[in-house]
Amino acid sequence: MTEAALKEAKQPSEINLESGPDAGEHQTVGAPFHDNAKITVRNVDVFYADKQAVFDVSLDIGKNEVIAMIGPSGCGKSTFLRCLNRMNDTIDICRVTGSIKLEEKEILDTKIDVVPLRAEVGMVFQKPNPFPKSIYDNVAYGPRIHGLASRRSELDEIVETSLQKAGLWNEVKDRLHAPGTGLSGGQQQRLCIARTIAVSPEVILMDEPCSALDPIATAKIEELIAELSENFTIAIVTHSMQQAARVSNRTAYFHMGKLIEVNETEQVFTNPDHKLTEAYITGRFG
Amino acid sequence: MSISVLLVGMGLMMVAAFFLGRGRSLAVAGEQRLNSLPSFYGILTALWSILPGIALLGLWSIFDSNLIEYAALKHLPEALQGAPESELGLVMNQIYNIANDKYVGEAPVYMIEAANAIISMQKQSAWLQGVIVLAAMFIGAAVVWFAINPQMKARNRVESLFRVGLLACACIAILTTLGILLSVLFESLRFFQSVPITEFLFGTTWSPQGALRADQAASESSFGAVPLFAGTLLIAGIAMIIAVPTGLMAAIYLSEYAPQRFRSIVKPLLEVLAGVPTVVYGFFAALTVAPLIRDIAVSIGLNEYVNVTSESALAAGLVMGVMIIPFVSSLSDDVINAVPQSLRDGSFGLGATPSETIKQVVIPAALPGIVGGILLAVSRAIGETMIVVMAAGLAANLTANPLDSVTTVTVQIVTLLVGDQEFDSPKTLAAFALGLMLFITTLALNYVALHVVKKYREQYD
Repeated sequence: MTEAALKEAKQPSEINLESGPDAGEHQTVGAPFHDNAKITVRNVDVFYADKQAVFDVSLDIGKNEVIAMIGPSGCGKSTFLRCLNRMNDTIDICRVTGSIKLEEKEILDTKIDVVPLRAEVGMVFQKPNPFPKSIYDNVAYGPRIHGLASRRSELDEIVETSLQKAGLWNEVKDRLHAPGTGLSGGQQQRLCIARTIAVSPEVILMDEPCSALDPIATAKIEELIAELSENFTIAIVTHSMQQAARVSNRTAYFHMGKLIEVNETEQVFTNPDHKLTEAYITGRFG
Repeated sequence: MSISVLLVGMGLMMVAAFFLGRGRSLAVAGEQRLNSLPSFYGILTALWSILPGIALLGLWSIFDSNLIEYAALKHLPEALQGAPESELGLVMNQIYNIANDKYVGEAPVYMIEAANAIISMQKQSAWLQGVIVLAAMFIGAAVVWFAINPQMKARNRVESLFRVGLLACACIAILTTLGILLSVLFESLRFFQSVPITEFLFGTTWSPQGALRADQAASESSFGAVPLFAGTLLIAGIAMIIAVPTGLMAAIYLSEYAPQRFRSIVKPLLEVLAGVPTVVYGFFAALTVAPLIRDIAVSIGLNEYVNVTSESALAAGLVMGVMIIPFVSSLSDDVINAVPQSLRDGSFGLGATPSETIKQVVIPAALPGIVGGILLAVSRAIGETMIVVMAAGLAANLTANPLDSVTTVTVQIVTLLVGDQEFDSPKTLAAFALGLMLFITTLALNYVALHVVKKYREQYD
């Protein structure tokens, strides 16, 4: 066997993996649309200066659904997630085109106010980022800036219920005024989730929320995601396919900025429609 | 041998030692593997050659003039040898002048003899010095040369020599500070022997221009430093009122709002402000700002209620504040930039506006660092001299009126020491006491500032 032939035998479907699917004939396979959509994304492109990071993504996120976004590093899944509450605004060179609707409201409209939008579409980040304030003030931060509580007692109640929903109340109720940065990594991340819940969003975006946590803390967060899905719509970006399989209803596979496949999670992991998805979940690259 | 020839000789010797050491290592290595690269053996040989050389050169230079002088004394008549030190010093001075051909007129014979002795001894000493230094270098190099073997850890030894060298450089700064502190301290103690420390610290009248001699007609001196400290604090306070908000806001704008291109142009420009010589700020304050402030104060009729002068605390404080702006803004900008982006994202993600984020998240997180920067700026303001000398005046008024002229600790130190002064009168010694107070204040401020900054650093690492 020649050397070239050997190489080919080792990496059977390499031809498309490097160059990505052709932009012209790109079509998302599976079921990207949803009957009861909370967020409707149509033909979204994202550019960093001249470099395009996300290509023509169309996707529905259903009410009270947990949708997982997976794909190799740099595939644009985090960038796409950040479009959903306009977090990309904080990056000067970033430009988003297309249409994203939260129910009937166009998110990408430059005239809309991002402040109420971000209150409706909350976000939890990769690394726990509690503010250098007390646990109480961390959770009360959002309600305070949005004026959600007119009295101290109301604020106390919001803080308590948010911490309870985030499964952190029992661990911190005796030290609400201790600094949030003094908690363990997993507790910090749950504090960040509590902080997000406190402004009662409808959608929660999670950008690899467990990547900085140990397996036990991760298990707690995953449990929490399952509970939260009763009340919230959740979009989660993750590098762990097991995690996607455990927590999500549907899974979207991104590859080099393109949305390749969206399907029921079970189908994606057992019988994917697209050969790129199959290559990724079977660990041939990524 | 003149010193320049000697230095060239030492340089050549060092280079030779390098090549000898390097060659030796290659020669002894044979089939074996050397512990270090050959050049490390060369460097080690060169260092062990030059270091004893420099040490001997230094020691010789320190002691040889004393030895020569001691020997020259033997040529003086017996009557002079027992003379008091001051008289002897005068004679020695004349002798040195003769030796250097600077003496005008006829000199006594014993002086010429002594001068000749000095000249010949200096020549001998220079030769001897050259020979001894070069010999020491040779011995140093030879010791290493013979010690070189393939197992010798030349690389590690060079490393430790470099570490010692770096340590020595670091020590220079520390020892200088210590030396200044001690000299100021001892002179201050002398001052406090003639003026009680309580009068100095709590007295409210500053009038150091007392009689220098018993027969002079002058008022009694009085060394109450309170007006000086009050003036210093007034001016520094005005400066901080200008510099802290402006500098902080500028830093916030530059780090949080400004587009990258604007920032890359404006930040260096702002730092140019820090490079303007303080004397330029000084005459700007004295010639432009101070008269302007007086005119404005007079035109709105303030002079009917308070004292308005053409040298004012306000003028000095304003200009000093402008001078300190880049200091505050640059330090604040650094700490604001050090606040992790993830905190801003967290706040934006909850729907906070940029200004809410800055007020409630970024500034509190950066506060310790900002406070540290401000404290450093305060110590700069307290120690600043040129602007206040030119714009604040000399009158030691104890006043809170910023339109009046006040004086500061630094201004008084300058006026006490400028011109012909006796160095053992309380008047000049007072400058050391003031300097000591200033030193303690800025040292304490710097210490606190560094402590605060350090504590802040630990928070995110």
